[in-house]
Amino acid sequence: MKSENLVEINDLNFSYGNRAILKGINMTMHRGKVIAIMGGSGCGKTTLLRLIGGAVTPSSGYVKVAGQVVHDLTRDELFKMRRKMSMLFQFGALFTDLSVFDNVAFQMREHTDLPEAVIRDLVLMKLHAVGLRGAHKLMPAELSGGMARRVALARSVALDPLLIMYDEPFTGLDPISLSVIGNLIRRLTDALGMTSIVVTHDVQESLKIVDYVYFISEGVIAAHGTPTEVRGSIAPFVHQFVHGEEDGPVPFHYPASSYASDLGMRGEIA
Amino acid sequence: MPRRIVLGIHGVGHRVIESVWRLGRASRFFMLMLMKSGTSMRRFRLIIREIYFTGVLSLIIIVVSGLFVGMVLGLQGYETLQKYGSESAVGTLVALSLVRELGPVVAALLFASRAGSAITAEIGLMKATEQLAAMEMMAVDPIARVVAPRFWAGVISMPFLAAMFSSVGVFGGYLVTVVLIGVDEGSFWSQMQSAVDFRYDIVNGIIKTCVFGVAVTAIAVFEGYDAPPTAEGVSGATTRTVVTSSLAILGLDFVLTAFMFRGMS
Repeated sequence: MKSENLVEINDLNFSYGNRAILKGINMTMHRGKVIAIMGGSGCGKTTLLRLIGGAVTPSSGYVKVAGQVVHDLTRDELFKMRRKMSMLFQFGALFTDLSVFDNVAFQMREHTDLPEAVIRDLVLMKLHAVGLRGAHKLMPAELSGGMARRVALARSVALDPLLIMYDEPFTGLDPISLSVIGNLIRRLTDALGMTSIVVTHDVQESLKIVDYVYFISEGVIAAHGTPTEVRGSIAPFVHQFVHGEEDGPVPFHYPASSYASDLGMRGEIA
Repeated sequence: MPRRIVLGIHGVGHRVIESVWRLGRASRFFMLMLMKSGTSMRRFRLIIREIYFTGVLSLIIIVVSGLFVGMVLGLQGYETLQKYGSESAVGTLVALSLVRELGPVVAALLFASRAGSAITAEIGLMKATEQLAAMEMMAVDPIARVVAPRFWAGVISMPFLAAMFSSVGVFGGYLVTVVLIGVDEGSFWSQMQSAVDFRYDIVNGIIKTCVFGVAVTAIAVFEGYDAPPTAEGVSGATTRTVVTSSLAILGLDFVLTAFMFRGMS
């Protein structure tokens, strides 16, 4: 029987040189769910995605995807596993020398022997799902930011993966494109029975579509729960993050010596 | 003061270590690319597409430059040779200079600045915009899919471009000396025919162009792949491609010439 959990992360540590980025992360992600990983800029969210995708190796602990420990795989095995997972990059990362159609068809042509007529139908179906069938002849440079993100979404579901990871899918989008992308993530996850991991700091948009949220702060999981639990949370970090407060557990001021001494004064300044 | 000296030595040491690292990375990258070239050879369509971008689109600059270089050679050659009454040897001079030296070297220099810089910028930008990372995540190896086809396309295009350069150059020399100045056409061609040896001159010229082709495109793809993924990084890499490959061409040309043409009878 297939395990309920598609991704299991156990006591995961990762550091760049001496700087610890992730410290003892534990997570489980159920099949068919949309999971958000939130946290301030530079808290290690993207690194976590790279660890799940096998692009970097953890210092200790493990990441299991579909029952296999990702960083124990050989390169061939890893490439085989990556055919079952997909990643949507922050700005889409479309291949600029290929048309929209060829971008979506890329993986089908690389990994399957499907006849061109079948590929054509499949690509048009994927593009139709994101509402851009009519744009299949355009080049990436002719697309708006939101459209490029949608094409990238169509490309990442091209081979019906088990798992899609989204790296900041909402960054730099206008409100309409933002909710279009949000709804597409939810709809495609449900329709294709995939699991989605969304790394984001867009609280309001992601709370609308996700099933479960993890907050990461300074390399550890600060809180986790369903969107309703998170909204009602009184934990100081979560409260500050969800409501976008300027000061709190995450301080406004970068650590510094006392203000008075920096200004060369003897007395104290509030 | 001693601190400054220590820092200076540190700096020099750091640069030396960094260059050795880079050389190691480049060799490793080159081997990896050769090992993964099988995929692009099987899908030759990928190479043909790149031959269009690197080779065919470089034709115009090669042809125009070749024509002018040939014309200048014709003029200068005539100017000197007529003092000795041997202006009919101008065809030989134009052909030998082009086939042995100027064809391979100038065509390679032009190729480095036209196609080499474009290859570096394209691969560097693909890296900066995460296209290479996206490809990795799609279980497609960027070295096999992006780098190797560009490399082989450059290696294949280079000899043809140099041949084109030399042929158009000879024609330019003909235009100036025979058509404009009025050197005897028969002796222009016949002297050229008897002086240029296929094995000794033309084959050696072709060997040179092949070596330059490998050097220029290998440098171009490595610089692109190794570029820091920022605007500044890509622009620096593009400049380095042109500078390094120009120096490599000139240095290799001296070495190859020393081996090829030392014992002329």
